[in-house]
Amino acid sequence: MFAPEIVLAAVLNGLMTGAVYALVSVALTLVYGVLHIINFAHGATLTAAMFAAYFAHRAGVDPLLAAAPLALVFYGLGYGVQRFIIGPASHGEDRNILLVTLGLSIIIENLLLAAFRSDTRSIDVPYGFSTLDLGFVFLPLPRVIAFAVTCVVALLLWALLTRTDTGKAIRAVAREKLGAALVGIDVTHIYAVTFGIGAACLAIAACLLLPSYYVNPRVGNAYVLVAFTVVVLGGMGSVPGAMLGGLLIGVVESLSGLYFGESLGQLGIFLIFILVLLVKPTGLFGARA
Amino acid sequence: MSGSGRLAAYGPILAVAAALAMVPLLTGSNTVLNAMVTALLIGLAGQGWNILGGYGGQFSFGHAAFFGTGAYATAILQARYGVNAWAAFAAAVALGSLAGLVIGFLSFRSGLRGSYFALVTLAFAEVFRIIANATPITGAAAGTLIRLDVRPENFQFASRAVFYWIVLALVVAVLILTRMIERNRFGAWLVAIRENEDAARALGVDTLAVKLQAIGLSAAITAAAGAFYAQYFLFVDSSIAYGTWISVEALLVPIIGGLGTVFGPLVGALALHGLAEVTRLVAGRIPGIDLALYGTLLVLVVAFAPQGFQGLVRRLGAGLGMARR
Amino acid sequence: MSAPLLAVEPLLAVEAATKRFGGLTAVDAASLTVERGSITGLIGPNGAGKTTLFTLISGFERPSAGRILFEGADIAGLPPHERARRGIARTFQIVQPFAGLTVRENIAVGAHLRLRDRDAALAEAERVAALVGLAERLDAPASGLTVAGRKRLELARALATRPVLLLLDEVLAGLNPSEVRDIVPVVRAIRDGGVTILMVEHVMQAVMSLCDTVHVLAQGRIIAAGPPAVVTANPIVIEAYLGHGAAKRLARGGVHG
Repeated sequence: MFAPEIVLAAVLNGLMTGAVYALVSVALTLVYGVLHIINFAHGATLTAAMFAAYFAHRAGVDPLLAAAPLALVFYGLGYGVQRFIIGPASHGEDRNILLVTLGLSIIIENLLLAAFRSDTRSIDVPYGFSTLDLGFVFLPLPRVIAFAVTCVVALLLWALLTRTDTGKAIRAVAREKLGAALVGIDVTHIYAVTFGIGAACLAIAACLLLPSYYVNPRVGNAYVLVAFTVVVLGGMGSVPGAMLGGLLIGVVESLSGLYFGESLGQLGIFLIFILVLLVKPTGLFGARA
Repeated sequence: MSGSGRLAAYGPILAVAAALAMVPLLTGSNTVLNAMVTALLIGLAGQGWNILGGYGGQFSFGHAAFFGTGAYATAILQARYGVNAWAAFAAAVALGSLAGLVIGFLSFRSGLRGSYFALVTLAFAEVFRIIANATPITGAAAGTLIRLDVRPENFQFASRAVFYWIVLALVVAVLILTRMIERNRFGAWLVAIRENEDAARALGVDTLAVKLQAIGLSAAITAAAGAFYAQYFLFVDSSIAYGTWISVEALLVPIIGGLGTVFGPLVGALALHGLAEVTRLVAGRIPGIDLALYGTLLVLVVAFAPQGFQGLVRRLGAGLGMARR
Repeated sequence: MSAPLLAVEPLLAVEAATKRFGGLTAVDAASLTVERGSITGLIGPNGAGKTTLFTLISGFERPSAGRILFEGADIAGLPPHERARRGIARTFQIVQPFAGLTVRENIAVGAHLRLRDRDAALAEAERVAALVGLAERLDAPASGLTVAGRKRLELARALATRPVLLLLDEVLAGLNPSEVRDIVPVVRAIRDGGVTILMVEHVMQAVMSLCDTVHVLAQGRIIAAGPPAVVTANPIVIEAYLGHGAAKRLARGGVHG
């Protein structure tokens, strides 16, 4: 039906989109795996990060350069929100955590709406229209960069989780909170650190997205529903699952766009999401139920 | 015990009903009446949520799915098929309930609880919104209008007071229904499921059946609120019908007013909309400020007053040595 | 006292029940019978599979193989609430009160299985509470009860469903000796009221004084069955608890529990 080069191009494009999905999803699954909460404020955080990157660009800083400092800022914000708002407000009860993160998402989204109205904005970067010529396909440079950076971040995360003490502490708390506490790990601190890392990942993802995407107060939601689908598909709490799931979903979306047309994209993702929740909520990589 | 028990149980409801019924007699201001109608219809939607979430402990983040189905059903039946407005209203409630049963069956049968249930309801509401925004039968992005033809048989009235009394009657009916549930076996089972589902099963409770009944009822009530909305404003589109705003308000009002209580949603709705009016006076009509405020309120209530206003009052009362019930 | 009626089938018959979780066989072809009107014990070292066997009988898990017959009928496919309706009630090892409700409201949930009317269920709750000694705490919140109180509440709730067979999962666990001494007569009174009891228990003094028959489960298999005094003197049983060769060592040392 379609020439192989076109399909291959779609696959490659899908991988690049998928890489950013993966980054957003890894942040979500990390928080779930360690804190065992579904962070309903995830989308709003991404939106806020995109606005931050947008204004950094307005101030003359290229998004790619802004990524590192913004990651630090959002790490701090994430740490603070978990430690001083979500943790204390929920008194440890799951139902309350749901509500508090929902409340935060409403606050963030609507403050952004109030401050910046619902206009859609986008930016132009010098390399915005450059492409990488692979012979049979031109790949948009910003997205190639996004893919590359995501791979680097994934590696850094892996190194953090396996090689550093903090990473080991995080994995300990994820597996067995009580035991970790008994061995002297400060669980409250680790919770906050994990949340902060998640927010930092979102900040980086925002900077990667901005050159090829737009920003308005609703943009985070679109990405985050995909992230939820990825996380549920790849297994709640499984970082490799989120990475692979993200890439997979990116490819699936790209190919569906090719074969079925653009309008079906969002709906398809939601339907897959519902289907996976109903059939196998522990995901393809099974982790915790 | 029955006689005086019943008076104690339903008396307050009738008293509140009588007091609220006086409002149109005390003010002729359309602004006030409009605000009250809005508050009551949000309260009604919240009463629906409260049955499933407050009493049953199943937190839905997508009650818009039922509100919107009610709204669209009544609008489309009238606008496209010429169905009588009152019949359309009844049909809308039934369709909303059906949506609840379907979503509930899929979710509960798969054993979804807690966050997973919240997620899946959120997803369903979004799916409904996307579809409504695209298919021709709903008017797609343009929405559906109910033709203005002010006659009682069309469920349209010149006087806002009549709308007010109708929505008040619906709210009071659900207050009574909720109190009845509190005092019967279905309610005891529902609350048991909320507290500990496995223990309930071991005691012979058919948890799937009870949860389905709860969501069917919950959806019907919220759909009624949606149908009334359509009838009052005469216009529905996908973000009004299935937008997150109503999912949020439907859960917020019972939480603020007191989860799992008869008056919770009503108290919460009146408080919330009173607050909204004040904010509007102070901060002007900046889009988003009111919802941002609601979000803040949600966090604050969860943090400091998990039992809502009524819980605060009760705690204060207990502190002063008053009886518990 | 425990002599069964002639030619009447046992109330509960577990026939070669097996439960596998992945590679682990928690219950291995276990068979046991429970006679109507008896208090039967199920004992064994930790990890023997006793609670798993309970979950098979109460319906929270399905057996991988074997049959479970209640009043002669195979109940394998029945979910827990159906079993409760047929008359099998259970308590949980880790108590599960309805924390937000009062003691009375807790017990009433059980009573509602047989009684539709709210007032009747609440009245029944009061009656059952008296049977287990919770009459004083009827209007107290369940979350405020002591451990012993919560155990009584578990008993009361299950009792309110008017069971034929009551499964007690370590109902004495976590109680100090005087609390145990207080609950034992309650259990006996329940049996005297016509309820058959199957109890998993570690507290040996209670097993000895309450049970007519005892089955011993070790590593998923039934290794002995009979009156408590006989079973606890059985060398195989002693070895299951204390390890290989323990029986001989004990016999030589001349010391018996």
